[in-house]
Amino acid sequence: MKTFTSEMTPYGPVAIFLVVALVAALLFTALPGLLARAKPNRHKREAYECGVEPTSPVAGRFPVRFYLVAMLFVIFDVEAASFYPWAVEMHALRVFGLLEMVVFIIVLAIGYAYVWKKGGFVWR
Amino acid sequence: MTVSPGHFMLARVDDVARWAQSSSVWPLTMGLACCAIEMMSVTSPEYDIARLGSEVFRSSPRQADLMIVSGRVAQKMGAVVKRLYDQMADPKWVISMGACASSGGIFDNYAIIQGVDTIIPVDVYVPGCPPTPDGLLYAVNLIQQQIREGGRGGILARA
Repeated sequence: MKTFTSEMTPYGPVAIFLVVALVAALLFTALPGLLARAKPNRHKREAYECGVEPTSPVAGRFPVRFYLVAMLFVIFDVEAASFYPWAVEMHALRVFGLLEMVVFIIVLAIGYAYVWKKGGFVWR
Repeated sequence: MTVSPGHFMLARVDDVARWAQSSSVWPLTMGLACCAIEMMSVTSPEYDIARLGSEVFRSSPRQADLMIVSGRVAQKMGAVVKRLYDQMADPKWVISMGACASSGGIFDNYAIIQGVDTIIPVDVYVPGCPPTPDGLLYAVNLIQQQIREGGRGGILARA
């Protein structure tokens, strides 16, 4: 049976999905501006503290080092996640897959050594 | 593809918009006294306020449409209730739940505000001490009806 979607390439539905996502996002961003009746007041702008007077600034200060730790975590976490597909297909990929992984780990190790040398793991 | 009558529905835009709006009147998470126990029970399977689309008790006034004043309002709490009402995004509705919120109830004294309508506008008063959960459901129904009929706060409202 010929249907609208079977006539397309396998990526046709993905293209439709992207268009719908874009249109929906723009539509629902624009609609409130057109439909809503803004009634600003002083209390709407202040922080929500369960109805009592806010006593301190909402955004507290914290050391900028946390950003470095967070970034390093994300990088190495994503890299660790790339091991999973290889682990699943390890037997099918044979020695080629293993060598690929060794190269990948060497690249990682270079990055790791660089971060270590730069003092990225030192908390000071 | 052929389109025959019966394959689609026609409706007016404002009717659909108001139906959607009235089916998602989200209350603010705010319990003041014993009426709050009855208010909490409307979310239980027994009464199931989810049938009305109002089961989403929001923890922030920015996302809430409905304030249920569920209990006596002490003078100190009055300022808090007023500020929360001010922080809620428009359009917003208020249910005064029970005798105490509506009139001070048995607490006819200097510590209790004699009716929450002296500090914020009230849409529906629910009688009772405490009102039954059904009473609160009916109050939400009345607000939904008001929205669907194009009353105050409804989308594309005449009022």
